[in-house]
Amino acid sequence: METLRLTDPWPALGPSIAKHLSQLDVRVEANRCLNCYDAPCIRACPTGIDVPRFIGRIATGDLLGSARTIMDANPVGASCARVCPTEQLCEGACVYNADASPIRIGDLQRYATDWAIERGATLFAAGPPTGKHVAVIGAGPAGLAAARDLARLGHAVTVFERDPQPGGLDTYGIVPFRLPAEIALWEAEQVRALGVTFRTGVAVGEAIAAQEVLATHDAVVLAVGMGAVPRLGIAGEDAAGVWDALAFIRAAKSGAGVGALGNTVAVIGGGNTAIDAATCSRRLGVPSVTMYYRRGFERMTAYQFEIEFAQVEGVEFRTCSLPSRILVEHGRVAGLEVVATHPDGSARVLPGSERVVPADTVIVAIGQSRHVALLDAFGVRYGPTGIALVDDAMRTNRPNIFAAGDCTFTPGGIDAMVVEAAQRGKTAARSIDAFLREAAA
Amino acid sequence: MADLSVDLAGIRSPNPFWLASAPPTNSGYQVMRAFAAGWGGAVWKTLALEPIVNVTSRFAGLNAGAYRMLGMNNIELITDRPLEVNLEEIAACKAAYPDRPIIASLMTECTRESWHELVRRVETVPIDGFELNFGCPHGMSERGQGAAVGQDPELITLITRWVKEAAHVPVIVKLTPNVADVRVPARAAAEGGADAISLINTINSLIGVDLDTWLPIPHVDGKSSHGGFCGPAVKPIALNMVGACARDEGVGIPISGIGGIADWRDAVEFLLMGSTTVQVCTTVMHHGFRIVGDMIDGLSNYLDERGLASVRELIGQTVPRFVDWNDLNLDYAVVARIDPESCIRCNKCYIACEDAAHQCIDRPADPLLAPVVDEEHCVGCNLCAMVCPVQDCITMVRTDAGDTVHTWRERLSVPS
Repeated sequence: METLRLTDPWPALGPSIAKHLSQLDVRVEANRCLNCYDAPCIRACPTGIDVPRFIGRIATGDLLGSARTIMDANPVGASCARVCPTEQLCEGACVYNADASPIRIGDLQRYATDWAIERGATLFAAGPPTGKHVAVIGAGPAGLAAARDLARLGHAVTVFERDPQPGGLDTYGIVPFRLPAEIALWEAEQVRALGVTFRTGVAVGEAIAAQEVLATHDAVVLAVGMGAVPRLGIAGEDAAGVWDALAFIRAAKSGAGVGALGNTVAVIGGGNTAIDAATCSRRLGVPSVTMYYRRGFERMTAYQFEIEFAQVEGVEFRTCSLPSRILVEHGRVAGLEVVATHPDGSARVLPGSERVVPADTVIVAIGQSRHVALLDAFGVRYGPTGIALVDDAMRTNRPNIFAAGDCTFTPGGIDAMVVEAAQRGKTAARSIDAFLREAAA
Repeated sequence: MADLSVDLAGIRSPNPFWLASAPPTNSGYQVMRAFAAGWGGAVWKTLALEPIVNVTSRFAGLNAGAYRMLGMNNIELITDRPLEVNLEEIAACKAAYPDRPIIASLMTECTRESWHELVRRVETVPIDGFELNFGCPHGMSERGQGAAVGQDPELITLITRWVKEAAHVPVIVKLTPNVADVRVPARAAAEGGADAISLINTINSLIGVDLDTWLPIPHVDGKSSHGGFCGPAVKPIALNMVGACARDEGVGIPISGIGGIADWRDAVEFLLMGSTTVQVCTTVMHHGFRIVGDMIDGLSNYLDERGLASVRELIGQTVPRFVDWNDLNLDYAVVARIDPESCIRCNKCYIACEDAAHQCIDRPADPLLAPVVDEEHCVGCNLCAMVCPVQDCITMVRTDAGDTVHTWRERLSVPS
């Protein structure tokens, strides 16, 4: 089993990028909040955290109440305090943007949840037992959110997780200097403390059949996320030194190590994971790290703050650059051939523009494949891109099967956020509760 | 630059900013520093025939959110240093700064001989006036002094007379706010021959209770007693009492205003409401003597911008406008108007009006639009403008014709 460096993410990866908030910062900032009515920050939060309330509780020294306000609305609110694109969500909506700096909502949220983590605070209790049993497949943000709220509603919950630890991408797929694994594991522990059973290291569809899960539970939540990074379909991609970005981050974060990377790393992709892989490579000491993206900056799914952070960390960007071949010598990466694409962002290749750029390691971060086989096994319909088809209440075509999280997000959509996954998990829990109570009535 | 000099009952001062009798005027060292910083005068920490004994701890602050010391509470008593030491230091300060008035605050037991002796001994040094401390609400009041005198109009008149018999310099009586009607002790002081009054002294207070220990704050070995409250939070109380005395014909003597004066703006308000000088303590305890530079600068620029040659032109200007409720015009009407351009959509005005006023601010269905005032039902209470965080976003607009005046007093006098 992998060893997660929980309290001290691999020291070689450097300190957290989270801004330190001193006691004085907290007092000034918490008291600066206007406590707006029908506050736009609440509307801007996919999970609807009552931001003025949690900030007001910080201001009066009610840290327990503050943490409970956050985590009540968002079961992964501690992780979100670190990875949310707050300038596009709560902080972007803050009324102060008109005349002053927005309230540092994300930093205050981290302050309150850090308090709860350090104190070992108990925030919630399980509801009175309903006698119903729900299976949650996947212990990532959506699965944890669904499991947490189902338990609070009194349902018995078993979470099946193929990885040895819960948390999903929060635990394995986000670099530790943005999100230490201990945060995601604390959130999972909050769920476990409600009496939820975690069966980790158990892959549904492999170790246990979908039919067996269905037969032994009253309802199922599919929060299975996505799979490995798909193949580029170019020559040389099986060479040593070519990484799946998520496998790369996982190896770096867990302390398993990524071996020698050489002097030059080429990261292929323009999303959040590409940024993480690139900055992680820099922090591992690689002198030259360049991201190659087939369209322009404006089409990157990485957030502006992530792009700026990567630039500060010394990552270079080559846009309108499509990898066409990986050069291989002695079975190892020896370079990367890229072609230029049309500057209109259409990714159309400009013929004759091939050039070879140096690369000792190539990290591929071009999205993730879909678990369509698992959806087939559950008889759940999915769209042409492999996303489970759900309605607003997270119901699939099967009355007792619900879905949430990455497996329901449109590829490349900006809603593919931890906070949105959590909200969908909450919605699924509410829908299941209604379904089960209706069935019992 | 406008003339900032003032004259309070014959006590001339280069500017109206005096230090109140309090910890900042405890010693010659401090008063020298204060005069070097620019303070116009100082009322020395209250002198007595014999030094008293103080306790530790003594002060506690009232914080409001991130703002420190909006108010402060103190249980320190009058000077705990020998009279002769204080007098030597007063003489040294006067020698160094002959143009700055030093007023000796006095307190002693309630006998004619005691007051005469104290006046005689203090007048051995060149002081500019006396201030009779009839205001301290804690400690000394339990010994029949301070506020115990200030709450008894007959004693005020009596002691003021005793002092006036012996004194060769102007006598100011410092009043306690811990009374039902401050005009009564003010009139009593005038009756006794006081040349001026100063107010307010501190307000009876207990600043708080420690949530961990359940001890009162501040505590002295586990116990506390009530103290005197001062600082910016008491300004409205002080301003009202100053105004009440200024417009009372039975008082009729000059006023030195005290209570929550933290900057030049507060000082202007006290001057407009009838003070000739202002006395400051808490702000100095918060920021040091240097703040007088900002006070002088702000006051001076304010006078220059308004084309006023002297600060004396401010004194009492607002007093005629400070009347009984019965004399207010019932026909006057204003309504709130919200500027949608500068509105930041915090909806503070909406919820304040909805829950605490008259339910006359409406929110459009689209939350991105500014709230709108229902002018027909708005009573013009100002609450929305008060809670609005944006300067001048909500203004109060006059809606009556402005050509009629009807007061409650007139209504009462109309035969039915």
